[in-house]
Amino acid sequence: MRRSGVAIAIWLLLAALAALVVARAHYTGDLSAFLPKAPSPAQQLLVDELREGPASRLILLAIDGADAPTRARLSRALAARLRSDGTFRAVTNGAAATSERDREFIFAHRYLLSASVNPQRFTVVGLRAAIRNSIDLLASPLGLLAQDLFVRDPTGETLQVLAELNRTAQPQSEDGVWVSRNRQRALLVAATRASGSDTDGQARAIEAIERAFAAAERTVMGAHSATAQLTLSGPGVFAVRARATIEHEAIRLAVLGSLLVATLLFAVYRSLPALLLGLLPVATGALVGVAAVALAFGVVYGVTLGFGATLIGESVDYSVYLFIQARHEPGSSGAPAIGMRTLWRTIRLGVLTSVCGFASLLPSGFPGLAQLGVYSIAGLVAAALVTRFVLPDLLPRDLALRTAVPIGRRFARCIAPLRQARLLLWVIAIIAGLTVYTARDRLWNRDLTALSPVSAADQALDASLRADLGAPDVSTLIVLSAADADAALRSAESAAVTLEPLMADGAIGGFETPSRYLPSLATQAFRRASLPPGNELRQRLAAAVARLPVQADRLQPFIADVAAARRGPLLRRPDLEGTSLAAGVDALLFQRGGLWTALLPLRAPIGGPHAGSIDVVRVRHALAAVAIPGVTVVVLDLKRASDALYATYLFEAVRLSIGGLCAILVVLLIALRSVQRVARVMAPLMLAVLMVMAGLAIGHHPMTILHLIGMLLIVAIGSNYALFFDRESANVDAHDAARMLASLLVANCTAVIGFGVLSLSTVPVLAALGATVAPGVLLALLLSAVLAKDLPAAAGRS
Amino acid sequence: MRIGASIGAAGPRAALAASLLVFAALPGLTLGSGAPDAQLTALMQRLAHRQHDHVAFVERQYLAVLDQPLVSSGELIYDAPDRLERRTLLPKPERLVLRNGTVTIMRGGRKYRFALRDYPQVAPFVDSIRATLAGDLPALQQDYAVHFTVAAGAWTLILVPRGAKLDAVLKRIRIGGSGTSIRTVEILRADGDRSVMTISPLPAG
Repeated sequence: MRRSGVAIAIWLLLAALAALVVARAHYTGDLSAFLPKAPSPAQQLLVDELREGPASRLILLAIDGADAPTRARLSRALAARLRSDGTFRAVTNGAAATSERDREFIFAHRYLLSASVNPQRFTVVGLRAAIRNSIDLLASPLGLLAQDLFVRDPTGETLQVLAELNRTAQPQSEDGVWVSRNRQRALLVAATRASGSDTDGQARAIEAIERAFAAAERTVMGAHSATAQLTLSGPGVFAVRARATIEHEAIRLAVLGSLLVATLLFAVYRSLPALLLGLLPVATGALVGVAAVALAFGVVYGVTLGFGATLIGESVDYSVYLFIQARHEPGSSGAPAIGMRTLWRTIRLGVLTSVCGFASLLPSGFPGLAQLGVYSIAGLVAAALVTRFVLPDLLPRDLALRTAVPIGRRFARCIAPLRQARLLLWVIAIIAGLTVYTARDRLWNRDLTALSPVSAADQALDASLRADLGAPDVSTLIVLSAADADAALRSAESAAVTLEPLMADGAIGGFETPSRYLPSLATQAFRRASLPPGNELRQRLAAAVARLPVQADRLQPFIADVAAARRGPLLRRPDLEGTSLAAGVDALLFQRGGLWTALLPLRAPIGGPHAGSIDVVRVRHALAAVAIPGVTVVVLDLKRASDALYATYLFEAVRLSIGGLCAILVVLLIALRSVQRVARVMAPLMLAVLMVMAGLAIGHHPMTILHLIGMLLIVAIGSNYALFFDRESANVDAHDAARMLASLLVANCTAVIGFGVLSLSTVPVLAALGATVAPGVLLALLLSAVLAKDLPAAAGRS
Repeated sequence: MRIGASIGAAGPRAALAASLLVFAALPGLTLGSGAPDAQLTALMQRLAHRQHDHVAFVERQYLAVLDQPLVSSGELIYDAPDRLERRTLLPKPERLVLRNGTVTIMRGGRKYRFALRDYPQVAPFVDSIRATLAGDLPALQQDYAVHFTVAAGAWTLILVPRGAKLDAVLKRIRIGGSGTSIRTVEILRADGDRSVMTISPLPAG
């Protein structure tokens, strides 16, 4: 009694401490749980890009319904509201590419911004060519754009800059706003200040958009019935939605699973105290598990809590074994201490094999899986210890449980015919093996998005919006890192020079560069130095226009503007404030971890030999030729790189799982001291795994890391059943055997319920795990029973 | 000088407006007899039925900054309800397409695109052109004072902007025709520059 008092005291103390840790822990719903930790700098770049890059900050907005003019008005009203909101870096809806303010800015700084400004441009020959070109332009409607500017900008620099900025791919537009290809929706793109991995920031941005749309709807539609709908898409939107889903489902699934398990246990025990006591190890395990994760990682992923069902599935088994198997029949009195010792030996081995299985998750590159490992190990050990040292002493002396012997007998009778047909099992095994073998090429899903909690419908919508927007889908990026912003801009300019011929060849369709919006100081200084002094320019101009239909005197404003430009300061980022050039620079040039990064997103060519895909090899080759000191150049093919990264982790997971399996084998060998017994324990488990794999292959469900983890769990949990059959082989008492069978059946049902509930989840990682483990553990029990030496026959005897 | 505003102000819009008006009044037009107003109404009614047209043009622009007029020539193509194309052949090949409020210009292997909407001071002007194409006289009269005169078989449609914004860049548009065809479209800008476009049927073949 003294000893048990100490155990209870320690339990209460630890539970209280765990509760304290759990209460103070930091929880996060972001999706980085399934973004791998990246060991190499290039991979780090990729993960950073996925988490924080400009693409991660984009929210795509679509306005459907109403009529086209109303959609256009809504688009403008919405964009105006969002632009005045500090939540966004930039909002584009088609009208903003060159606003009035932009044009004024470009005109004022045309001699610093225009790429055609160089010393040759301002020689007599250069001036004559440029002015003649401008006069030709004046005859065209396009030239009319420049008519008012002609006397101040006769060389046409303003149009040059505008044309350069216009080179970026533009979506279809109607009435001045972007529309989808079928013209049925208006499109906008908003870039948030918050990074894509800042889920709270993204949630605020989404709220701001929804508020602004509601307000825009009120002003535009007035009293009319609201028939326009706003649809949002993009990485941040997905992250926010996924977090809500995971949070919602973690709670819903845990509650549903617990209720179902409790109902089952009550049906078996017919005793409320037994039910509550039976859930005690589970509750303790969950508390300790979360606390352990919080202590080990500092942060708990929402999805880890979602995996809580895995813990319910196994930890509740311990008390089931205790209540059902320990000799405790109605009428008898006293704590069920007699069978405890042998029972504990089997449970201990089961816990050990499970721990071996979960321990293989600990070194995983996916933080979510590592957390699942810590959570499960801590939880299972805690639950087992509570079952062993605390639970027996808490059981009331007069606790009356319904005998489970009839359940066991019924189970044995059901199993009997299956045991007769054992040979058939091997046929099934061979068929399953062949199925898996023939499907070996499509067995694995090598796509990182397979882990994405984004639904297929949402992904399809996102893809269609991106296609409509003319591919701002950044698939290939040149990433330049330098010590300061200007060095990054200089390297971007060098890279741009290299890329121009590739564009002409059709190896790439086009590219963006921050230097288009803000040239480096060196380039600006070069352009400024190209401008001749007043008198010099006057003479050259007179000579240049000698045979042109324009008088040099009329171009006095040009000479004055050039003189002012020669004295003017160079442009720096703050000077761009308030223009769309600022947004252009900010999206592509930013400071990250002490270095300045310039991004040059590449576009695939629309036609030609490489239509639709970028010739990455040529891009790499071309860039390799222009080594810039102090600047690192990386060509990042986001999709391919992320898939390659995922493949690396998939095979890491395969290795870890095999390691876990080996550890389980070693533990069993040490405990059972017989290769034959180990083989008998493992055979049904391997067969169950094989059948589940065959099932997935037949159902065309390519396996992800989560399926693999699920198989490990089948072995870890299933080993408990197999071990009981191994132990009971020596035991011939019919009642004991029947009780053992009953306890295994109940324990199995709880596991099937726990994981079956998980398979209902809309979060793919949770569903994959549930759908693998639920049928797997059921098969593990059935196969263990069928392949066991002689037990069910004994149980069937009355 | 508000550069940004003036870049686009009377620029392509004026030219487009002229082109559009040309089509608005173009082919097979049979003027009814009776009061000018009634004839104008008849003219407008014809416009809504227009499906496709293809004609030749020569445009002369008289600009204060230049000593000589600028001459360009080419073809105009209109498809109902809202697509207009101007194919310039001389002095330099160029293609301009106005569709859905967006202007696309292809010139020298480059493509320029801008939305009329970005130039709010001329938006009502262009809207009225659309109204003209649709034969919507009341909408046209919202932005312009419309004068229609007929004398000795020739008729003249004069549009004088009402709004101060449009007024600042455009003085008037005069469309001259005789019988059933348009002869000239003259655009007089507020700064004194003017352009005259002469329209003729496409040469046979």
